[in-house]
Amino acid sequence: MGLNSVEIREVVKYHGTVIAVDHLSLEVRRGEFFSILGPSGSGKTTTLRLLAGFERPDQGEILIEGRSMREVPPNLRPVNLVFQSYALFPHLTVFGNIAFGLEMQRIARAETQSRVHAALGMVKLGSKHDRMPSQLSGGEQQRVALARALVNRPAVVLLDEPLGALDQQLRQEMQVELKAIQEQVGITFIYVTHHQEEALTMSDRVAVMDHGRVLQIGSPQDIYESPVSAFVANFIGLSNLVEGRIASMTDARCTVSVPDLPTILVRRPGGVVEGSQVTVVLRPERLSLARDVHRNGFDNTVPARIDKTLYNGSEMHYLLRLSNSALWKVRVPNSGAEQKRFLNGEAVFVRWNADEGVILSE
Amino acid sequence: MPSLAWLGIFFFIPLLLVLVISFAARGTYGGVEWTFSLANYATLLDPLYLTIFVRSLALALGTTAFCLLLGFPLAYYIARAPLRWQGIWLLLVMIPFWTNFLVRTYAWMFILRTEGLMNTVLMNLGLVASPVEILYTDGAILIGLVYGYLPFMVLPLYAALARLDYSLVEAAWDLYASAWNVFWRVILPLTKPGVIAGCILVFIPSLGAFITPDLLGGARTMMLGNLIQHEYLVVRDWPFGSAISFVLMALVLLGMMVYLEVDRGRGDGRRPSVW
Repeated sequence: MGLNSVEIREVVKYHGTVIAVDHLSLEVRRGEFFSILGPSGSGKTTTLRLLAGFERPDQGEILIEGRSMREVPPNLRPVNLVFQSYALFPHLTVFGNIAFGLEMQRIARAETQSRVHAALGMVKLGSKHDRMPSQLSGGEQQRVALARALVNRPAVVLLDEPLGALDQQLRQEMQVELKAIQEQVGITFIYVTHHQEEALTMSDRVAVMDHGRVLQIGSPQDIYESPVSAFVANFIGLSNLVEGRIASMTDARCTVSVPDLPTILVRRPGGVVEGSQVTVVLRPERLSLARDVHRNGFDNTVPARIDKTLYNGSEMHYLLRLSNSALWKVRVPNSGAEQKRFLNGEAVFVRWNADEGVILSE
Repeated sequence: MPSLAWLGIFFFIPLLLVLVISFAARGTYGGVEWTFSLANYATLLDPLYLTIFVRSLALALGTTAFCLLLGFPLAYYIARAPLRWQGIWLLLVMIPFWTNFLVRTYAWMFILRTEGLMNTVLMNLGLVASPVEILYTDGAILIGLVYGYLPFMVLPLYAALARLDYSLVEAAWDLYASAWNVFWRVILPLTKPGVIAGCILVFIPSLGAFITPDLLGGARTMMLGNLIQHEYLVVRDWPFGSAISFVLMALVLLGMMVYLEVDRGRGDGRRPSVW
């Protein structure tokens, strides 16, 4: 049966004449927390619906637990979906909602009861079994929706932006909890979201999608540290993109010349040649600011002027105007009261090491 | 207060008149003789009239059942169609209302009679050897009533189904429910108000229908509507006609009250049985 819980092979899906999923191939390992991250219209929800069986691929094949899902309707697939809107049955109690899938599978009543209890305990809703969904808060409804999927012990749980409707604080709590539950039950989770922070915090691996195609698959760290394209770099966190030309190379480093800026030293990626046009990604939190030009260990120093400052509690956000009139974002953690802050219009130096910059491979 | 006055003038006062007349007696030349007796109500227990009551009840229930059976898939199809098609389908459902009901019932006579469209088609297809005698039977009345009241079933069902969150249907399907269980456990419970509204809208008028049984049922079969019309206009026995009307209304009200009571009771006992 192999290690893969889900295999998507060259799947194509059209909505009318619009291509929603374009020759998509990916493999999800058993027990993995796998996120599909992309903006709306990227085909991520369609991919989830193809896995659930609500839509059929126009081309290609989907395998779940090594079994082809061709012609297999949703009620016979070993997957359960947690809907974005939760889709709790309003006419059934919390217990009735969670027991629904077990009843449909004709599980014995005693076992149904103990499994529903266990699921309720897992999502910390033990005392609310007899409530109607309308009597629950958004967060509680979300937990019922999760329990309703988990109680069936499917091969894969599909989650369609399940935290989308929650407020920021609850969303962060649920991220931690969701990840803990997933590790506890060991079921493969495929999690669709447009929220990059969610994807990064919870996932073992992330696939970034746009226009029905997968742009990059990798661990959250891979995706964040080594984005393959400007789209990925911009979609995952903030980034400063710098266009330049490779002036010279050593074994470990490239020197990139940028019009109207000092040359920039960057770690050398594979497969670049001297003289080629490249984009360098600089993450705002990897840059530091100073008033003097002291080199003290930094590989790169670029003069700039503070254009805007924003206090964000834990961080200062600065917008800088460079000598080539580009705007860069820089984030500096607020460590203490004596820390020096920069003021609008002040001249500063942006400093960073060669390893902090990434040359995009596209 | 205006609504109360409206109800009083157009509903309670006429109703009271009917009630008072139902205790009176028929005058020699068809007038009303103001005496008080329960004789009209006693007459209703005659097997002749009881048969008509039972037939009317059976035909009205049958009409409701067939309308529900035909109307539900139709309403579901319309509610799931693309939005611009929904309007067109609903219009098609309602277009028959633009033609006189009498004319449409006559059209059914042409379709159903011995040498009519239906028999011609059936015989040309070789499905039957001799014409099916259906006109002037209870079957013809049933067809006519189902045809006439189907829109009253489709419209409330459509309204309920259009409001149904389709992700609930998908959720049930995802949770291993077969097509039948999706319908029985999710769609039907959630559209119950529409089903009830449709059934009431079909049952009540078909119980009192008189044009359809008159034309399609012929002289041999009668429904309550025909009986009332007969007593008022042919026999000119207004007191007896009033008594029948009153019993008919009482039956309908009683049925609805029993239903509402049962439904309320069920609503209270929502807790799952396993607890």
